[in-house]
Amino acid sequence: MSSAPITPPGGEKMPREHYLNATYGIRSWLLTTDHKRIALLYLISVTFFFFIGGVFASLIRIHLLTPGGYLVTPETYNKLFTMHGVAMIFFFLIPSIPAVLGNFLIPIMIGAKDVAFPKLNLLSWYVYLTGGAFVLYSFATGGLDTGWTFYTPLSSIYSNSAVTPAVIGIFINGFSSILTGLNFIVTIHTMRAPGMTWMRLPLFVWSHYATSIIFVLGTPVIAITLLLAGLERMFHLGFFNPAYGGDPILFQHLFWFYSHPAVYIMILPAMGVISEIVPTFARKPIFGYDFIAASSIGIAVIGFIVWAHHMFLTGQSTYSAVAFSFLTFLVAIPSAVKVFNWTSTLYKGSISYDTPMLYGLGFIGLFTIGGLTGLFLACLGLDIHLHDTYFVIAHFHYIMVGGAIMGYLGGIHFWWPKITGRRYPEFLARVAAIVLFVGFNLTFFPQFVLGYLGSPRRYSSYPPEFQVLNVMSTAGASILGLGYLLPMIYLTWSMRYGKVAGQNPWPATGLEWTTDSPPLTENFHQTPVVDWEAYDFEHRPELGLSGAISKKPVPTHGDD
Amino acid sequence: MQSQMPLYPEQASNFAPQVDNLVLFMLAVCVFFAMAICAAVIYFFFKYRRKHPHDIGVPIHGDLRLEVAWIVLPFFLMLAMFGWGAAIYVNYRRTPADTLDIYVIGKQWMWKLQQPDGRKEINELHVPVNRNVRLILASEDVIHDFSVPSFRVKMDVVPGHYNTMWFRPTKPGKYHFFCSQYCGTNHAVMGGWVTVMEPHDYAKWLSGTSASGDPVAAGEKLYTELACNTCHQPDGKGRGPSYNGVYGSKVKLADGSTVVADDAYIRESILQPNAKIVAGYVPVMPSFQGLVTEDQILALTAYIKSLRDRPPPAKSGAAAESATGNK
Repeated sequence: MSSAPITPPGGEKMPREHYLNATYGIRSWLLTTDHKRIALLYLISVTFFFFIGGVFASLIRIHLLTPGGYLVTPETYNKLFTMHGVAMIFFFLIPSIPAVLGNFLIPIMIGAKDVAFPKLNLLSWYVYLTGGAFVLYSFATGGLDTGWTFYTPLSSIYSNSAVTPAVIGIFINGFSSILTGLNFIVTIHTMRAPGMTWMRLPLFVWSHYATSIIFVLGTPVIAITLLLAGLERMFHLGFFNPAYGGDPILFQHLFWFYSHPAVYIMILPAMGVISEIVPTFARKPIFGYDFIAASSIGIAVIGFIVWAHHMFLTGQSTYSAVAFSFLTFLVAIPSAVKVFNWTSTLYKGSISYDTPMLYGLGFIGLFTIGGLTGLFLACLGLDIHLHDTYFVIAHFHYIMVGGAIMGYLGGIHFWWPKITGRRYPEFLARVAAIVLFVGFNLTFFPQFVLGYLGSPRRYSSYPPEFQVLNVMSTAGASILGLGYLLPMIYLTWSMRYGKVAGQNPWPATGLEWTTDSPPLTENFHQTPVVDWEAYDFEHRPELGLSGAISKKPVPTHGDD
Repeated sequence: MQSQMPLYPEQASNFAPQVDNLVLFMLAVCVFFAMAICAAVIYFFFKYRRKHPHDIGVPIHGDLRLEVAWIVLPFFLMLAMFGWGAAIYVNYRRTPADTLDIYVIGKQWMWKLQQPDGRKEINELHVPVNRNVRLILASEDVIHDFSVPSFRVKMDVVPGHYNTMWFRPTKPGKYHFFCSQYCGTNHAVMGGWVTVMEPHDYAKWLSGTSASGDPVAAGEKLYTELACNTCHQPDGKGRGPSYNGVYGSKVKLADGSTVVADDAYIRESILQPNAKIVAGYVPVMPSFQGLVTEDQILALTAYIKSLRDRPPPAKSGAAAESATGNK
């Protein structure tokens, strides 16, 4: 393996051959089985859906500038928030980090040439596109006004919008998640390079392992649930509508059995990204590796038995509510463990202000607020008041936007040199990170207050006393929107004009940084052998850092 | 005192101060942890700033004592939050005995409310102050949710189910209520006002206009119109059990179990007669699903309720056994 000392700026050259120039032409992309190219295909498609969801979000915020509603009819407003949710959750957040960064990085991080089933990997992208096409068809032919939660009997009987194609689209899209999860599990189990033991795996891989378990076990349930709702709508089979002998509460149980773990599908990979960024930019081993790895699995497992906390006020039995409230509080513990460990990793580090670190630290702050406000909703007595208000909206946007999207952007910046071989403009990127942080808080913090005041969610008009907070939120959203446009512009620019990055610009300790940027189609010139622990800067003289001592084998985790 | 931008809604029910106190406790704990983490991140960020581009940090791999501490301490704080919240919720879900019962029907996109004397209101609810009020909630179409922020209470209104909620208003005034479960196009305007009145004002309001039809009388009329009377004869000699003394009593079923004859039981017996068969009777009753409206079920229930104090026929002692006579 070639070593990669810190090089003087400008001294790097792009490698002569890499995955981007190995073959040319549209067919070489559309029929590729290279996990890195598939990751880029996903990058383009999830960005497209993020853009669509973002446009809907902007229209929502403009509409809510005045109590009576500024822009559209109530019917259109209902479609806007529904389509915002469907586009963002099913077609951006769920695939974003796993299908883009996970696809690109997991094989390289474990020293493999590709995922275990490269053709299934490509198939998963086509399945995603097919599902996406059905959903776009629904958006274009009448839209969707059921809420992203598709509660019955509203969705199965009463809605006049294009529910059927949307349900079919999400049903199909589920298979792409299942294929991705299956691929990751088999790849991580069977394709690790010599010396890459389980306890040497980057935490990014651990968190994707946990995510994949949810993909494989949870996604079939949502697929079946939406299928049943679709059958009830199309053929009037009575599953959920009491008029046909069904029960609407059954739908909620089935829906949340997947959709609550799906929240962890969205946040766990982001936690994995942060677990890479924090030690890299503090230049020291992560604090409590085993606890962070175990907490990912803990979150995935406990996450499966908390679903009925969405249903405390449906009339469910008091005993069941008490049990689910307790389990929900329990899931806070592994989340808190992660936050404490990331914070402790900073202690006595050598901390840089690079853009990924700004996203990483922003994530810790925003995820902490998002997680702690989750306790308010888990708390039975408070949920009576807070359920279905803007407090819930604020809480999950702190997790989904402040957590998952900040993690995604942090990861995109961190691995951009590896993906494209080039650096993004550092100053502009730092500005964008700060703009996003400010805009985000201004958008969503007022919504906590709005929620406690009792403003219900999904309202196209609202009582006038709530206007001040809504205007603040809309102002924040315009800053947030600008913050998202900046990276779209400068990242695209840097693909051609950015400075050449070299193998390991930060430098970082993972296996992905020991190969070319961008890597070869086969990822490595020769099969790598791992003889270091994760995030170990001390015994890695080839990184060219001071204070590093020569390699010595440290068999602390001895299952190799 | 209502300022331009208050931080919490008015406290106008027994639950409001309970919820607000718990929020203050949780805010104190959570703000402390959030501040501690943010302070640590910011302090480390500046204190351990990279001085030289080739520096590395001090390799520290972890500390078991710290890990245990930050698992155990939050666990106990969490138990306190959980227990306190559960106590409020259990109290909220257990309705006291002496309530003023008001029937609430949600439909796209309005609320129909009915006082015990049969007086009906639309999107308006009048209740006396300092009296326990129970709302019995039914939906004619999709799921709705009856929510009164100033009382800190809400409950879903689910088609096919009866849900109940209760509160004790503590302050006269007018308070917003909302539909808080998304229910379609005009969800945002499906709301209204709760007017909390002094008891004598409430009595005056009740007598002020004629009650639009006594539900008991309406129910009695339906009892003959729908031909319930052909089987459910008062003397218990028909093919079905008598209604006398049934409401609130424990009913023995054919499978040996017993069930309390409450509103939900009566509703189910009308819509799905074969779900629970009273001991000693043959399942011959047809379903009235689709034949009666929610309003009519409420009227029938009110009629059956009015017969609660009549002695049950001696012969049908196997069918209905007077329990407390009060729920």
